[in-house]
Amino acid sequence: MPTLNDYLMLSGILFAIGTAGVFVRRNIITVLLSVEIMLNAVNLSFVAFGRQMGYADGQIIVFFVMTVAAAEAAVGLAIVIALFRHRESLNPDTFTMLKW
Amino acid sequence: MTLFYLFAAIAVLASLLVVAQHNPVYSVMLLIASFGALSGLYVLLDAPFVAVIQIIVYAGAIMVLFLFVVMLLNAPREDTDYDIRVHPLFRRGPLWFGAALAVCLAAELAWALGATRMRSGFPAAQMVSVETLGHRLFTDYAFQFEVTSVLILVAMIGAVIMARHDEPGGKQ
Amino acid sequence: MFPVIVGQIGLLLVVWFALQISAAVCVYCERKWAAYLQQRVGPTRVGYAGLLQPLADIVKLMFKENLRPKGADPFLFYLAPVISATACFAAFAVVPFGGETTLFGLLDAPMRLQVADVNVAVLVVFAIASMGIYGIVLAGWSSNSKYSLLGGLRASAQMISYELSYALSLVGVIILANSMSLADIVEKQSHVWYIVLQPLGFLIYLTAGIAETNRAPFDFPEAEQELVAGYHTEYSSMPFALFFLAEYVNMVTVSAVATSLFLGGWLLPGINTGGWGWMVFLAKVFVLLFLYIWIRWTLPRYRYDQLMAFGWKFLLPAAVINLLVTAAAVLYLGV
Repeated sequence: MPTLNDYLMLSGILFAIGTAGVFVRRNIITVLLSVEIMLNAVNLSFVAFGRQMGYADGQIIVFFVMTVAAAEAAVGLAIVIALFRHRESLNPDTFTMLKW
Repeated sequence: MTLFYLFAAIAVLASLLVVAQHNPVYSVMLLIASFGALSGLYVLLDAPFVAVIQIIVYAGAIMVLFLFVVMLLNAPREDTDYDIRVHPLFRRGPLWFGAALAVCLAAELAWALGATRMRSGFPAAQMVSVETLGHRLFTDYAFQFEVTSVLILVAMIGAVIMARHDEPGGKQ
Repeated sequence: MFPVIVGQIGLLLVVWFALQISAAVCVYCERKWAAYLQQRVGPTRVGYAGLLQPLADIVKLMFKENLRPKGADPFLFYLAPVISATACFAAFAVVPFGGETTLFGLLDAPMRLQVADVNVAVLVVFAIASMGIYGIVLAGWSSNSKYSLLGGLRASAQMISYELSYALSLVGVIILANSMSLADIVEKQSHVWYIVLQPLGFLIYLTAGIAETNRAPFDFPEAEQELVAGYHTEYSSMPFALFFLAEYVNMVTVSAVATSLFLGGWLLPGINTGGWGWMVFLAKVFVLLFLYIWIRWTLPRYRYDQLMAFGWKFLLPAAVINLLVTAAAVLYLGV
């Protein structure tokens, strides 16, 4: 049977993949998707811990994380649309100047 | 047990491909596959409610939003100062530093987890019922629940204001 | 006497084929009733009273050439109809259509007429329905055609807007039944159907269901006068047939879920239906399908902004009010 350790290891791998995506990719939408991967990795470890300890709290925190993820996606994508209108680009390197 | 490794393999592979894809539409679809695998893992962890919510909220709503924006902007290609013929994961320059950091993180997490002694199996199954979840959510976590609802409201207003297209010379 | 597992495998096959046949029946009924509503007679040439018309349609679609536009993304282009068809079939898996039965003594233990009994069935239906939208959105994007893209964009905006009211209209029933298993919900309706206690919820479900299945008056993703054929403009032959199949099976699934949630499923109040519950279920689903077809050929299409305004400014508040009233009634009156 897979143990808590296996789930945490999987969660760690997913989190590292998400981190790598944020660092390496130069497409702002892929960067946002990588953030979603990281949030999901954390969710997985919460549920696994909840299962190990027998608490419902692990699952409840997942709902809060999902809410935050939804809010983050909405605001993040709104920023992407606004930036794309001004720069015609999805490369975050083109947004380094603090003026339009 | 094999199911765990199957879902884990799908999740890791799909996530890797999300990061490695050129085309954001494929990235979004692969991320949905990864979420499906995670949802399967939640079922294995006796959390069917979280599994279904994962599909409804992440795959059914948040990813539709991403896909909507990708389609709306219709700019699938990555434009950078780097040579576009080289795959993004193999470009030189400061990106290597970020990649190295991510690998360091993975190694550290693996080391930390290897040091723990939680190698015994899970305790006997005790399904957390939806009723329990709802009860806890609206009593112990009522304050946090209200705070998240305010957060969602603020995010919604913020998104509307930011994405609104102001005509030049038109009213704000 | 056969073990239950034989019955369950048989059930799986029966449901699979019945859904496909139901799509053919729906196509025939739609054409025939539409004709009568417009004072025509509809198909008459193929078979008796045109009964073989769907078969002829299928044969025609199978032999048509399969075209893919230049510049279309081949993988996603062919994945899209598969997602649509898979989602609508999968959602039916948790719908119960009969009580426990031994199939007139053929099985050695009673079996429920339901492919899979899940304790969060209502949410599963909802989750799978929300997956079906990817078929439409991907079809719109991968076709590399402006009409398809507009259809796909409309579909994603429309479905996100209507899923909220769709879900909230279900919550009232879940509160009343105190369960999320469809079989439990049906059995709680042995005396009173929930349509009596939740009339507003039923209307919201039906309206949002029309928007979910993309049928007139809410058929914006494929509005033929504006977008040629919307998201499936570039599809031909079997991929098109899959979209067509998906649309009708989706309609059947939405009607079947509505029957289970609001119309008492296979139960009739005061009458013991015995082993014939599934006939009752079929009859109720048929009535709802008739209603859907009737609405389609009676009401004109809305304007797109009217649809969004209706969804957000009327349907969603109505669903929230329905939920609040139901919750308050259960809490204070103990209905």
